[in-house]
Amino acid sequence: MNLMMMLATTRRVLDQLRHDHRSIALILVVPALLLTAVYFLYENETLPPGVPRTFDRVGLMMLAIFPFVVMFLVTSITMLRERTSGTLERLLTTPIHKADLLFGYGLAFSIMAALQSLVATAVAYWIFGLDIQGSPGLVVMIAVINAVLGVALGLLCSAFARTEFQAVQFMPVVVVPQILLCGLFVARDRMNEALEAVSNILPLTFSVDALQEIATNTEPTDQLWMDAGVIVAIVVAVLVLASLTLRRRTA
Amino acid sequence: MSHSAAPAPASPGAEVAVAASSLHVTRGKVPVLRGLDFSIHAGQITGLLGPSGSGKTTLMRAIMGVQVLTSGSIQVLGQPAGHPDLRRRVGYVTQSPSVYPDLTVEANVRYFGAMHRKGRAEAAEAIAAVGLDPQARQKTGDLSGGQLSRVSLACALVARPSLLVLDEPTVGLDPVLRADLWDRFRSMAESGTTLLVSSHVMEEASHCGSLLLLREGTLLAQLTPAELSQRGHSADLEKAFLHIIQDTAETQSSEKTVRS
Repeated sequence: MNLMMMLATTRRVLDQLRHDHRSIALILVVPALLLTAVYFLYENETLPPGVPRTFDRVGLMMLAIFPFVVMFLVTSITMLRERTSGTLERLLTTPIHKADLLFGYGLAFSIMAALQSLVATAVAYWIFGLDIQGSPGLVVMIAVINAVLGVALGLLCSAFARTEFQAVQFMPVVVVPQILLCGLFVARDRMNEALEAVSNILPLTFSVDALQEIATNTEPTDQLWMDAGVIVAIVVAVLVLASLTLRRRTA
Repeated sequence: MSHSAAPAPASPGAEVAVAASSLHVTRGKVPVLRGLDFSIHAGQITGLLGPSGSGKTTLMRAIMGVQVLTSGSIQVLGQPAGHPDLRRRVGYVTQSPSVYPDLTVEANVRYFGAMHRKGRAEAAEAIAAVGLDPQARQKTGDLSGGQLSRVSLACALVARPSLLVLDEPTVGLDPVLRADLWDRFRSMAESGTTLLVSSHVMEEASHCGSLLLLREGTLLAQLTPAELSQRGHSADLEKAFLHIIQDTAETQSSEKTVRS
């Protein structure tokens, strides 16, 4: 590991992003707009007194799902470009270590993810009055960890795509099942056994579980830290797998 | 793996920068390099010439250590090709420019410079060396094809490598610029850099101190431009090359007749 090369990579990735206004909008503005849509979807629901609004549950989960989806998309395409344009092969003939490159990417997109979740969480709290027990800081933390999960999976998946079209095809395969089974649509304990078993090993499940812990407890619980720890462990494992796909020597 | 069987240098005492011995590379099922033995001397320009498909790029990739070898070995600056220490000392410019189109010229050169602990001053120098000063702050993707390949070259120059491997660096450049670049290569060689430059344009051979003639994955000859025109009976290096190919083909067929 070389800190200077890692930071140079972070700076370069952010610099590339800075020239790409659409991606910036996708990262910073779109989640807030979608959250607005979710709010108005449930605007007219009639609830018996004492039952929390659906927005408080769904909107909160969206705060974890958006960074995951957006960062997966942005990272897999950016990394695929790096692989197909020859810049990756060129970089790997320089002294840069694979970890410098991967962590450089990870750091750049984590910074963007932090900004994204700050915007989205602020909108959820201040404009739509999101009502949960725990601290918004913890929500941002889980959102950032989720974004890094998206980055790690995007880096890995880019190895199995040859074109940008193929890279996008990973969305329904890798991302959608996690959204379906994370507990957003149906509580996990009401799923059939097979689906619940699958849901038990999908990373996004742990994020949603962590958010529910934050929603129902004023203080961070052990369960929350355990969920966060599991996601971090998955991120590290996926990054190690991704680093194995960066080959200095090819046939 | 060290190979003492590497061919002896032509002039005794000259340092060997690259030495290949019975180098074979097969890509897919196609044999691309079929047993190459040669050595390249330090501090001069070696031209790698041959028609397209003759294996020039694969040979350069092998020297850079990014190509899996089928058999044989290749030593670069005293170490096996691809050794981690070499990443500080060897620069590579691929045939299609490998730079980031969405960054400025300066940002590209500075990023690759950062991998070699080079800063702003060295980056500016490398940009000036390829004549892109006026475009330094432009987005690389907005430049012309020839300018793009010069950005790619600057990204290698910034590291000040001891060995510079250039895959068709002059393709798509106008004659003035091409002459400028060869002047630069020559002055780099004079200050001790070893250059390996591929081209499929024979007239460029005259700029090189030594030539490797490649055809269908075998080494036709290693000689100087003067020897090329002598052996090929023509001052026109293109004609001389064709002549040598014919000669070789005739020798091979006569050898076959003798054997049968």
